[in-house]
Amino acid sequence: MDETAQIENFERRIAAGESIEPKDWMPERFRKQLTRMISQHAHSEIVGMLPEGAWITRAPTLRRKITLLAKVQDEGGHGLYLYCAAETLGADRSELIDQLLAGKAKYSSIFNYPTLSWADIGVIGWFVDGAAIVNQTMLAKASYGPYSRAMIRICKEENFHKKQGFEIVATLAAGTPAQHAMVQDAVNRWWWPSLMMFGPHDADSPNSAELKRWGIKRRSNDELRQRFVDMTVPQAQAVNLTLPDPELRYNAATDQWHFGEINWEEFHRVINGDGPCNKERLQARRDAHENGRWVREAAEAYAAKQQRMQAA
Amino acid sequence: MNADLFNFVAGLADDRLVLGHRLSEWCGHAPILEEDIALANIALDLIGQAQNFLKLAGDIEGAGRNEDQLAYFRDPAQFLNLQLVEQPNGDFAFTIARQAIFDCWSVYLLEALSSSSHQELAALCVRAAKEDRYHWKHSSTWVQRLGDGTAESHQRMQSAFDALWSFTPELFQATAAQQKLVAAGLIPNLSSLESQWRKAMNELLEMATLKVPTVGAAAGRPARSQHTAHLAPMLSEMQGLARAFPGAAW
Amino acid sequence: MSKTEATLNGDSQWPLWEVFVQGPEGEPHSHAGSLHAPDAALALQNARDVYSRRGGVSSIWVVPAKDIIASSSAENGLMFEPMDSKVYRHAQFYKVPRGVKNL
Repeated sequence: MDETAQIENFERRIAAGESIEPKDWMPERFRKQLTRMISQHAHSEIVGMLPEGAWITRAPTLRRKITLLAKVQDEGGHGLYLYCAAETLGADRSELIDQLLAGKAKYSSIFNYPTLSWADIGVIGWFVDGAAIVNQTMLAKASYGPYSRAMIRICKEENFHKKQGFEIVATLAAGTPAQHAMVQDAVNRWWWPSLMMFGPHDADSPNSAELKRWGIKRRSNDELRQRFVDMTVPQAQAVNLTLPDPELRYNAATDQWHFGEINWEEFHRVINGDGPCNKERLQARRDAHENGRWVREAAEAYAAKQQRMQAA
Repeated sequence: MNADLFNFVAGLADDRLVLGHRLSEWCGHAPILEEDIALANIALDLIGQAQNFLKLAGDIEGAGRNEDQLAYFRDPAQFLNLQLVEQPNGDFAFTIARQAIFDCWSVYLLEALSSSSHQELAALCVRAAKEDRYHWKHSSTWVQRLGDGTAESHQRMQSAFDALWSFTPELFQATAAQQKLVAAGLIPNLSSLESQWRKAMNELLEMATLKVPTVGAAAGRPARSQHTAHLAPMLSEMQGLARAFPGAAW
Repeated sequence: MSKTEATLNGDSQWPLWEVFVQGPEGEPHSHAGSLHAPDAALALQNARDVYSRRGGVSSIWVVPAKDIIASSSAENGLMFEPMDSKVYRHAQFYKVPRGVKNL
């Protein structure tokens, strides 16, 4: 089969809703785009462990300590599943991690914001995990089998993350005035960065059309963002918290919540490395990587010794 | 007898709370992703055990203090943990050595306490012993690999055991509370722990091509009566938020 | 496809393993996912920590990913399609007189 016929066949399979598997023929660009997307997703999970991880040692009750640790651990697990999905495309985890540590790979800009109070932990679970679930529910139907399977597992496991976050938020919102102020402040800081998680407007999203045609993304950035806003506004109302957008109003004609314009200048600044915590996050990952190098080497050396002994 | 039982059970709890807290500090910073997840599992087990033991201690005390009040509103001087577990993480070898020393001891201790005539205590120990047997498998697997890995890992593993060995006599020094509980038949005699532990550790270190450090004498003070400089800063981080909002719900 | 040797900066993330997990006893093992480990013992332990966190597991298999031999979908036509026409391998192909039971 020549390449044109292969591409036609490939796109026919996608249009028919078939799942593409690692050994299947796929256009080089599909492989590249997917590797980029899945590894960015994996990096986001791993870097995402840091802002929340910073509060494990400070959680205010044992139950909160345990549940936060279990959640941050899950994020590590999800990064692990995703790296493995990227590896089925021929990438190597070492290379992907090198790209992250060298500052060449992107990850979700949300994790470049600091966690300033305990309420941030609740609001991250509510907004950030909420937004991630909207996105991931779509990706669970992605045309690439290993990505879709990883997403299905992740969505199942993340169910508790958002609930955990909202439980913290609701408790603080119903708590002392100081606790209510703490959680309102966190909502004010995290709302806009959470909306940015869905990426640029469809018109400014260079990869979207292609990803959609190949069945990787099934909904546009703006559609997903709207779905998230529509879901979240009533939840905020239920716990008496205000979302920091003076333009927010219900549109009966569309049955949707209209919201104001995102500060795209900030979005591009943070994603290009100039957010409040970009340097700190990468440094933490580099330190872990460098400090762990001798451990990884020792384990390999031991394994090699054992193999030699078995062979002898 | 209640005060003695409280002190003994709170000691079991504090060992696990402090060690679990230390391990949780690794989350997001471990040598490899798989190990992040493994260490978090162990931390979760230990903090969960601490929660159960503190709840039991609170019940025994009968003064209305629950597990969170005991964890978050006692000062460092009232913590009854071993000095071993409060030592900062150091490098991965140090964390693994601290863990192996503790896990091995804890498995024998919890197995012995599983036959305590105090039924709730015995039941908690049966459950915790299962978890700790896996922890011991994990830490001993790593001692072997690091001890017999590269020259660097061997040296790091040996220094870690050398540095931590001086904390081991406290493991086997019976507290006054413990002695009274044994005398009252509430918990079994724990005098065979030391030989069991020493045998298992010697075997592990030998297999890992490491030298068993020389045994130091127990310090001239009662066990669990004094802390190193590392506990107070750890607790101030752990308790800070809860203490800033006394009486608040979370 | 995946390299197990050193990469750019001489670092390794260890070889890749595939993990198969058995839910309740008696069920078949099915593919749960993958992970990295330096040797079989750690592969099993890592699999326990990564893929049984939520319980419900009674057995785990780990296999080095490089040892898995997979069919290629390019060959699906010759490998599997011929099987689809062998209706006589299925019970419903056979006619049985009405009223006869326990067949």
